[in-house]
Amino acid sequence: MADIVKRKKALSVNPLKSSSTIGAALAFMGVSRTIPMLHGSQGCSAFGKVFFVRHFREPIPLQTTAMDQVSAVMGSYDNVVEGVKTICETSSPAMVGIPTTGLSETQGVDINMAVKEFRTKYPGYEHIPVVPVSTPDYKGCLETGYADAVLAMLKELVKERKTAKRKKQVTVLVGSHLTPGDIEEIKDIIELFGLRPVVFPDLSTALDGHLPEFDFSPLSVGGTPVDEILSIGSSAATIVIGRSLVQAADWLKAETDIPDYRLDHVFGLEGTDDLIMALREIADKEVPEKLERQRAQLQDAMLDTHFMLGMSRLAIAGDPDLLYGMSKFLETIGGETCVAVAPSNQPILTEVPTKFVKIGDLEDLEQLSIGENLDLIISNSHAVESAERLGVPILRCGFPQWDLVGGYQKTWVGYRGGRQVLFDLANLQLQNHKGEVKPYESIYGQKPEYAKGQTNGTTKKVDHHGYCH
Amino acid sequence: MKSKDLQALLDEPACSHNDKSKSGCARLKPGATAGGCSFDGAQIALLPICDVAHIVHGSIACAGSSWDNRGTKSTGPTMFRIGMTTDLTEQDVIMGRGEKRLFHSIKQAIDTYDPPAVFVYNTCVPALIGDDIQAVAKAASEKWGRPVITVDAAGFYGTKNLGNRIAGDSMLKQVIGTREPDPVPDDGRGIKVHDINLIGEYNIAGELWNVLPLLDELGIRVLCTLSGDARYREVQTMHRAEVNMLVCSKATINVARKLEEDFGTPWFEGSFYGVEDVNFALRKIAHLIGDEDLVKRTEALIERENKKINEALEEWRIRLTGKRALLYTGGVKSWSVVSALQDLGMTVVATGTKKSTEEDKARIKDLMGDEAVMIEDGNPRGLIDKVNDLKADVLIAGGRNMYTAIKARIPFLDINQEREFGYAGYDGMIELARQMVLTINNPVWAQVRDVAPWKKGKEV
Ligand code: SF4
Repeated sequence: MADIVKRKKALSVNPLKSSSTIGAALAFMGVSRTIPMLHGSQGCSAFGKVFFVRHFREPIPLQTTAMDQVSAVMGSYDNVVEGVKTICETSSPAMVGIPTTGLSETQGVDINMAVKEFRTKYPGYEHIPVVPVSTPDYKGCLETGYADAVLAMLKELVKERKTAKRKKQVTVLVGSHLTPGDIEEIKDIIELFGLRPVVFPDLSTALDGHLPEFDFSPLSVGGTPVDEILSIGSSAATIVIGRSLVQAADWLKAETDIPDYRLDHVFGLEGTDDLIMALREIADKEVPEKLERQRAQLQDAMLDTHFMLGMSRLAIAGDPDLLYGMSKFLETIGGETCVAVAPSNQPILTEVPTKFVKIGDLEDLEQLSIGENLDLIISNSHAVESAERLGVPILRCGFPQWDLVGGYQKTWVGYRGGRQVLFDLANLQLQNHKGEVKPYESIYGQKPEYAKGQTNGTTKKVDHHGYCH
Repeated sequence: MKSKDLQALLDEPACSHNDKSKSGCARLKPGATAGGCSFDGAQIALLPICDVAHIVHGSIACAGSSWDNRGTKSTGPTMFRIGMTTDLTEQDVIMGRGEKRLFHSIKQAIDTYDPPAVFVYNTCVPALIGDDIQAVAKAASEKWGRPVITVDAAGFYGTKNLGNRIAGDSMLKQVIGTREPDPVPDDGRGIKVHDINLIGEYNIAGELWNVLPLLDELGIRVLCTLSGDARYREVQTMHRAEVNMLVCSKATINVARKLEEDFGTPWFEGSFYGVEDVNFALRKIAHLIGDEDLVKRTEALIERENKKINEALEEWRIRLTGKRALLYTGGVKSWSVVSALQDLGMTVVATGTKKSTEEDKARIKDLMGDEAVMIEDGNPRGLIDKVNDLKADVLIAGGRNMYTAIKARIPFLDINQEREFGYAGYDGMIELARQMVLTINNPVWAQVRDVAPWKKGKEV
């Protein structure tokens, strides 16, 4: 069990945290023809937009209620009412999400009241669900905001369990630690069992980087269709991936009484086995041969890479579910999480296989890493400079990844994904040439270049990609 | 910030936005607004001052998605790339502990990083609670003997533009004039060295370094660029320039105007994009300084450089002549880019004028002719339609429009803050041409516009 070491210093340096507000926005982007409108001043949306544009390299639908000096002081109901109306009028969305910000929460907005006011004032739009969610950015992190939005959407859209059960349909609630590539892989696995996955929120069809036939949309392109979310009450089972979704899972279970399978992560052999066991039970079918083969391939990769990764000393910095999942995954091949940093405290952190988890920033990551003789850092693009200063290779993981094309599509989960991750990590180790004996120049050596000082020693430089020269 | 002070900044007398009650200064529409907040604008304007500690006082939304986010380059200190924020917690907000946290944050920054100064940016949450950042800064500065500069530009005060001005105002009131310039080093050439400032030059992708060698050659010392690759100690000396050049943008016009008012420094608006504009800027600097010898040497340099660049551009012009560009710039002045594109032999079919003043528009008409199509509202749908209607070969716009253009299969060139290539100076033209050809003439376009082979011809 890991201790939690809370933030003590006043200043946050090189923040690891991304706001809960944009986390909520991300969840809404995983629903088809939807647009999140942040209730706050325009800057939060502009920054959020740039954040996701750089990560996904996609146009990002994100609006703002554009609070100004007057509404910040006098009240901002009108901004919400008029904002929702404008969006409904101009874009006819399937849903509008309204995450609040620090500004509107500090001012004391009752966001549910504001939506009610919209309904009274503009009765023409009943068919468009409007989902407010309270996500002040001084609380939580991207992961918690995302989870709160998932819960808010479920509450708005899922009505009690339908009697007409869809026997082959499985609901999959996915946490913010999964990439579009991960979700695609999970859907493939589920389909191999002859089941029909309804993934919610589904970034794999929204922000997977595909070129649609039409040229422009102000709304999310792809994502879980709202109709499908409505049908969640008819699914045969629910699979929940990520501890952060526990409240959403509890609510859904209480509301619909559909059996659920809760997995903290689906990384590596053990994580994927858990998923497969659940699916086997739901489908009441033996495991397809293709998966057996993939499992065998992962086992082989584990053997191949354990030479490089066994006893490897790791630093991981990221949101709680991701941090937990990664450390558990790497533990399965003998990797040791020596430094663990999370931006915000969540119960799962006590279960991370390490001595303590620091709630903090990338300066903490750097300071804790000194003297740890690390082999690898796993964190987002912000940590690249820290890794360079430490001279340790980095594998980019989590949000944001702006200096890597296709980071959003990397598949970490499943037997196949896990195998590739092991290869990538092992390759970073191979290029790092760790454990080589440092050349020694004997004072008696009859080697002419010694005298001239022309030996090149072992100094290594780590470049942006974590590779050493 | 008091609303009276805000109003004064909004009523910038030298800004012709204020003759027409429109453009950047109108009230924003909920649900249909794009663009950054005042804090964003202030941070963009000052973050390139690379040796100071920039502390964002606020909740994580402000710094969390924006730190380390600029294309600006430094020759030395990397202090500005260290993201610092008070990252306010719920407790801080409820219990009113923001000021205390800020106070200790300033100390922590000084203790750990020993910067020559600390800049503190105010943002929405503390501004609404009423944190007195001025008082905290004053106390901290007295206690630790380090300048602590406040930039009170909370997001809800207004747009990015206003934030730029607040940033300029903070420099004027708290930094500029607090130190005299170093003596001019003797370079043994026996020419008189003159001092200027480049205001609104951000050294995006290091493009300032295309221009500085020319100025060095002419014996022109840049006391300070506000703010690309600037140091705190340089900003302090800005009052001593003989000429201020406002580069490409009216964003920090208040700095130029105030320096003229207080120190009589003449200023002009210019740009380093395009051969003609670089010529103009260099000439203007020489003339305003009024040193005959400098004027002569400037002419000689222009002649030499023009000959060189025109030869170098020949091969690019062959590939770009007649190509049609649609220009929709955010911060960068439309007219300055128009002339650069024309230098490459391209036709500019339309240009965005959302942030342009009447004066800018007149200038655009001068350059593009009366037929010039001006785009006021840059919503993405409209932009795509305009590109198609006007048969443009390339859309030149800010990064936020990049993926919109790409999804519509339109060649694209990024012109704003975050871009990775420098286009300024004579040499910048080559890079501009290269980037242009690279996208317009790329073989991908045909492949992404065409349908899959099985969708044409006969069915199986
Ligand atoms: S709008 Fe306010 S809270 Fe949002 S980023 Fe700007 S300053 Fe920060």
